[in-house]
Amino acid sequence: MNDHAPHADHEHEHPTWKQYKWVALWLTLITAAEVWIYYTPFASTSGYVPTLLLFSATKFAIVVMFYMHLKYDHKIFRALFTGPLIIAMCTLLAFFALFSHRAIPQ
Amino acid sequence: MASASSLAEPHEHTHYTTTGLDNRKVAIWAFIGSECMLFASLISTYLIYKGKSIVGPFPHEAWTAPDGHVFKAILNIPVTSQSTFVLLMSSLVMVLALAAVENRGKPGYAGTLLGNSKLWLGATAALGATFLGYQAFEFTSFVHEGLTIHTNLFGSSFFTLTGFHGAHVTAGVLWLLTLLSIDIKRGLTPKDAILVDICALYWHFVDVVWIAIFTLVYLIK
Repeated sequence: MNDHAPHADHEHEHPTWKQYKWVALWLTLITAAEVWIYYTPFASTSGYVPTLLLFSATKFAIVVMFYMHLKYDHKIFRALFTGPLIIAMCTLLAFFALFSHRAIPQ
Repeated sequence: MASASSLAEPHEHTHYTTTGLDNRKVAIWAFIGSECMLFASLISTYLIYKGKSIVGPFPHEAWTAPDGHVFKAILNIPVTSQSTFVLLMSSLVMVLALAAVENRGKPGYAGTLLGNSKLWLGATAALGATFLGYQAFEFTSFVHEGLTIHTNLFGSSFFTLTGFHGAHVTAGVLWLLTLLSIDIKRGLTPKDAILVDICALYWHFVDVVWIAIFTLVYLIK
C-alpha cells in the first residue's frame, strides 16, 4: 500500500451551496407531486404506478449524483455502487418472477 | 488498538490504496453496495407479500373483522410525508456540514453561517432524531390500532422493513453525534473531511432507501 499516493477521491469540485439548494428544492417538489397524485383520481389509473416509480427513480438518482457526489467522484466508487445495485435489481426481478406465478390447481 | 489520544488527534498519515483512493472511502462504498442488496431483499419480501394478508388491518383499505369491529386503512400518508420531508432536509444540512469542514478557513466560510460545521452536524442529528420520533409515533399508533408484527403478513414485512431502516437511521444519528462531539472538543479541520464524508455517504444512503420505501410501501396502493 502506498501511504503517500496523491488523493484521487475527488475527480472534480463538489457542487456549491446554490446547487445544493436547487437539488433540495427539486426533491421537495417531486415529493409534493408524488403525494398530490396519491389523492387525485389519477391514482386509480394504470399510469399511476409507473409515474410514481419514475418520480422515485429520479429522486434516487439526484441524491446519489449530487449529495453523494457520485457524478463528481472516481469511477471506482461508481462501480462499487452501481454493480451491487444492478445485482439487487436483478434479485428483486427474479423474486417477482418466482413468486408471481399462480399455483396450478391439482 | 488505538489509544484515546490518537483518536482525539487528527490523523497525520492517511492510508491510500494503490488506486490513489482513500481506503476508508472505498470501504464505505463497498458497504453501501452490500446494504443495497440487504434492502432490496427486504423490499422484495414486502412486495411479494403485498395483498396476501388474510386478516386486517390493511395498508390502504378498511377491513371489518368477523366480530364486526371495523379497522380503517392503517397508513397515515400526511404524517409520513412530513417525516419524508424531514429526512430530505437532513440530507441538505449534511452536505452543508461536509462543505463547512472541507472549506474551513476559506473565504465565504470563515466566520459565516455556512462555515459553522457544529450547527449543520447538530441540525442533521436533530432532523434524524425527529424522523425517528415520527417513526416511533407511527409504530405506536399502528399497535394501538391493532397492527403488530404478529398480526398478518403486511405487519410482519412492514415492521421488518421499516424497523431495519429505523435502526440504520439510529446508527446514523449516533455517528453524527460522535462527529459533533469531536468537533466541539477539538474542531474538525479539512484534514478530517474524510471522516465527515464517509458519515455523509452513509446518511445519504439511508435517505435514498427511504425514498424507495416511501414510494413502494406508502404510495403504491
